[in-house]
Amino acid sequence: MTIPRLTLDHIACRYGDLDVLEDISLTVQPGEFVSILGPSGAGKSTIFSLLTDTVKPASGTMAFDGEPLGKRQNPFAFMPQRDALMPWRKIIDNVTLGLEVQGIKRREAREQVGALIDEFGLAGFENNYPSALSGGMRQRAALLRTVVQQRKMLLLDEPFSALDALTRTRMQTWLETMWLKHRWTAMLVTHDVREAVYLSDRIYVLSPRPAKIVRTFDIPLSRPRGRDAVSRAAATEIENAILETLFDPTGGTLP
Amino acid sequence: MTSRVTAERHAPLRQQLCKILPAFLALAALFAAWEVYVRLSGISPTTLPSPSLVLSQTWQYRQALFDNALPTLRATLSGFALSLAAAFVLSILVDFFKPLRRALFPIFIISQTLPLVAIAPLIVLWFGFGLLPKILLVALVTFFPMLVALAEGYAATDREIERLLQTMGASRWMRFRLARLPSALPYFFAGLRISITYAVVGAIFAEYAGAAKGLGIYILNAKNNFRPDLVLAAVFVSSVLTLLLFGATLLIQRLVMPWAEKPPEGGQ
Repeated sequence: MTIPRLTLDHIACRYGDLDVLEDISLTVQPGEFVSILGPSGAGKSTIFSLLTDTVKPASGTMAFDGEPLGKRQNPFAFMPQRDALMPWRKIIDNVTLGLEVQGIKRREAREQVGALIDEFGLAGFENNYPSALSGGMRQRAALLRTVVQQRKMLLLDEPFSALDALTRTRMQTWLETMWLKHRWTAMLVTHDVREAVYLSDRIYVLSPRPAKIVRTFDIPLSRPRGRDAVSRAAATEIENAILETLFDPTGGTLP
Repeated sequence: MTSRVTAERHAPLRQQLCKILPAFLALAALFAAWEVYVRLSGISPTTLPSPSLVLSQTWQYRQALFDNALPTLRATLSGFALSLAAAFVLSILVDFFKPLRRALFPIFIISQTLPLVAIAPLIVLWFGFGLLPKILLVALVTFFPMLVALAEGYAATDREIERLLQTMGASRWMRFRLARLPSALPYFFAGLRISITYAVVGAIFAEYAGAAKGLGIYILNAKNNFRPDLVLAAVFVSSVLTLLLFGATLLIQRLVMPWAEKPPEGGQ
């Protein structure tokens, strides 16, 4: 059996007196797309804060490629909820931000992202400021900024939640296409059931706070995932099962 | 076709002219009323000179006014440069060491409560009639607004951007340079515009308290010679100086913050 890329083992976390995470265990294999789905305020984003070292767990262990997650390694590239593009930097300079922080020279960084600019549909907009771009383009730029950091795993924090429904659907299709091509190991946090089913290999469903994982769904649907009637019917079945779990996390046995 | 294109290109200019037109009309009306009052009431020009007289005197004494405006401008710019550098360095120190802010800000606030009329002669008494007391006084009145603007600008940085930099492994200084400093620029320029309007007045105050040359001492002499027309001529020159400096800050802001311009229609 291969060593999982990421393992969380019985993680608990609290902010002061507030229990945010009660018991989180999950694994992500290399090249997998995994989603964490839960109601608003369940502590989904807290899991990312734990991974990116801005919050410490109260108990439990985290391992990356079999080694305990410590200060020394930084295997994650993080994409925040709003695009967090810097309004004072041109698109090309926003995209190379992570490389610049790593100490790579500006020209070299631009060369590195040059080929991907086109693939991400940003060609011709490199020298525009973010304010001139549409919401979908800004998200593509934010994702490009995330992937060019060449980290081992992507953390996507509700990346499409601020977009209108049509743009969001388009972005999901596009993201799946890109993922199939590059096979990034990725973890997505979302409260959009359809989005999670469309993009994921596996979904962990969280309970309301203090969060624990109430159920795990493997998504056996074939890739690329279509939006035709047959594919939709199969997806809808899983979506309904997930919704049931979300609405009734105790599985019918009320306390 | 060609004419339409030209018309469209000129549209923003015309719009801008339309925007400043009311201000010009109001100003013109004010001066017209003043002129009419002086002529109809027959008031003595040694009490209230008419605007036309002030203008003609400004022209007649242009050489003297120019010679006196230069030292004032030099004092203003030197004092402002000192103040700008001090505000910038201190804003960084205060941003990195929060207790320093709690220790120093009360002192700076008190410095803003001091009446200039009392402080100006004292500073001249301590530092003589040269350039130094003027520089210090200009710095005293312009320093605090810029420091506050910078400090607030740093604090207004988007938290998601800072968090993102943190996940990228950026050091504290890197986060400051890449996120906090550029975030503060709009605030800084707002503070700069407030400061620059005080700067010339500060220099004139210092000269009024004692100087060999400058608009301040020119005003004092004109007043003592019962020449309100020349006092107002010097006031007119100092207003023009301030407006020019104000315009310069707008120009610099455009150059430093090109992203703040309105995005062009249609993306590209």
